[in-house]
Amino acid sequence: MSIQVQNISKSYNKIKAVEAISFEVKEGELFGLIGPDGAGKTTIFRILTTLLLANEGSATVAGYDVVKEYKAIRNSVGYMPGKFSLYQDLSVEENLTFFATIFGTTIEENYDLIKDIYIQIEPFKTRRAGALSGGMKQKLALCCALIHKPKVLFLDEPTTGVDPVSRKEFWEMLKRLQQKGITILVSTPYMDEAALCDRIALIQKGSILKIDSPENIIKDYHRIIYDVKAKNMHQLILDLQHYPSQYSVFAFGEYIHYIDKKADFNPKDLATYLTHKKHQEIIVQPAITTIEDVFMDL
Amino acid sequence: MVKKKTNIFLRGMNKEKIITVQNLTKQFGSFTAVNNISFDVYKGEIFGFLGANGAGKTTAMKMLIGISKPTSGEALVAGFDVKTHTEMVKKSIGYMSQKFSMYDDLTIKENITFFGGIYGLDRSQIKEKTTRLVAELGLEDTIDKLVGSLPLGWKQKLSFSVALLHEPKIVFLDEPTGGVDPITRRQFWEMIYAEAHKGTTIFVTTHYMDEAEYCDRVSIMVEGVIEALDTPKNLKTKYNVASMNEVFLKLARNVE
Repeated sequence: MSIQVQNISKSYNKIKAVEAISFEVKEGELFGLIGPDGAGKTTIFRILTTLLLANEGSATVAGYDVVKEYKAIRNSVGYMPGKFSLYQDLSVEENLTFFATIFGTTIEENYDLIKDIYIQIEPFKTRRAGALSGGMKQKLALCCALIHKPKVLFLDEPTTGVDPVSRKEFWEMLKRLQQKGITILVSTPYMDEAALCDRIALIQKGSILKIDSPENIIKDYHRIIYDVKAKNMHQLILDLQHYPSQYSVFAFGEYIHYIDKKADFNPKDLATYLTHKKHQEIIVQPAITTIEDVFMDL
Repeated sequence: MVKKKTNIFLRGMNKEKIITVQNLTKQFGSFTAVNNISFDVYKGEIFGFLGANGAGKTTAMKMLIGISKPTSGEALVAGFDVKTHTEMVKKSIGYMSQKFSMYDDLTIKENITFFGGIYGLDRSQIKEKTTRLVAELGLEDTIDKLVGSLPLGWKQKLSFSVALLHEPKIVFLDEPTGGVDPITRRQFWEMIYAEAHKGTTIFVTTHYMDEAEYCDRVSIMVEGVIEALDTPKNLKTKYNVASMNEVFLKLARNVE
């Protein structure tokens, strides 16, 4: 096991940030912590990177105990915090050299690992980190987290606030790093990214609600979801919310995802109801379940 | 109240222009961040303003809210020229972003009072608005709590309401739902819909492509220019794809 977490709890004053959390990450696995802001993801990262002590429980990273062997952990992990934490007034190259030196290595020694990413920011290597665009900052931060060839890589919300194109590229980079044998623990509030992990833990309010592969999490979901669409989508949401046997009504992009309470629900009845409500261009059809659907029903 | 009168308009039926942008350009030295863009936004419309990081969205938005001077071109926001009448522009709009919304170390009540004052409301108006706003959001019991102690989703909903305190004609939302949980994110959009129904124009940026589908019209900026502008439906038809995410991936080449 690359990461083992057992019954970890952490409170700040009276607020419980994480409560009795346990999970394991296998060597070489790409494991996702999926949950919204405030779920406790950053607290877990800080405990595992030895920056914060848990109130209860134990954890190991790369075989080392997070309390007793914290120094060994710091040498064997890379950590990219959610907030940009490089030196704004050092250049791209200076930041990278700095992190390499701190870890007793050189850029040349592990260049293979960062090459794919670094060549994208190399044209700007004399630019101060503070003057980089969001996407470039993110790539530099990843290079700095990788420069000492860590066994385990911790990425706390690396794609928050990043546009869909850059997000896609970032995940492609992660897949390549995984192929080089690095274990990756990554957190994200974007549910569509969950599908790209080997296994995920769904977290909310400091507790893990479910751990499994994305495929299994979707397969285990037992409710039938319908895509509903009509010309006036806002009115449609309001009318669906008033349908007597509705279980949940949520906008999902182009469609509304509708779930009914009744086992013998007939979509035709719903279509009739909507016709009575004067809706036009009504569509009611079975939907494809996503991680986001499962998450919202936990 | 002025606001009430606008209720009689049905959304989508009035084509009154509330923002007109013509050949708007912003250069920083030799770099052109916004390159000759032109578009109109209609009253009561939910207008999605999309683009990759670095495409020029923030720069364009800063010009529209009157805090950055265009290098050339023109823009009228609520009838006021963003070059010459910045203070009138600011009075006619509301603004919220993920980075700046409210003061964490003030309570909910204090934040509302503060921003009410900034927006020029008098005491009785602030009192009335506070009561209504807090009731609508169900925050009666937490009114004296520090904003910093609220979950992000609540903060954003509150921040949206605060941006509407002075009943602006247009509200600019810069990535209002980033990192917010899926349920709250949808509740936030229901608030947006409700406000647009009242006739307020919504100008919104987002990186969630499902949210792009909720907009009446969407523009996609690429390297400083508007590469596409249409309803989500028409954009999907035009690029022959099933979702706005695919439209975005097709258009928004990465410029970095």
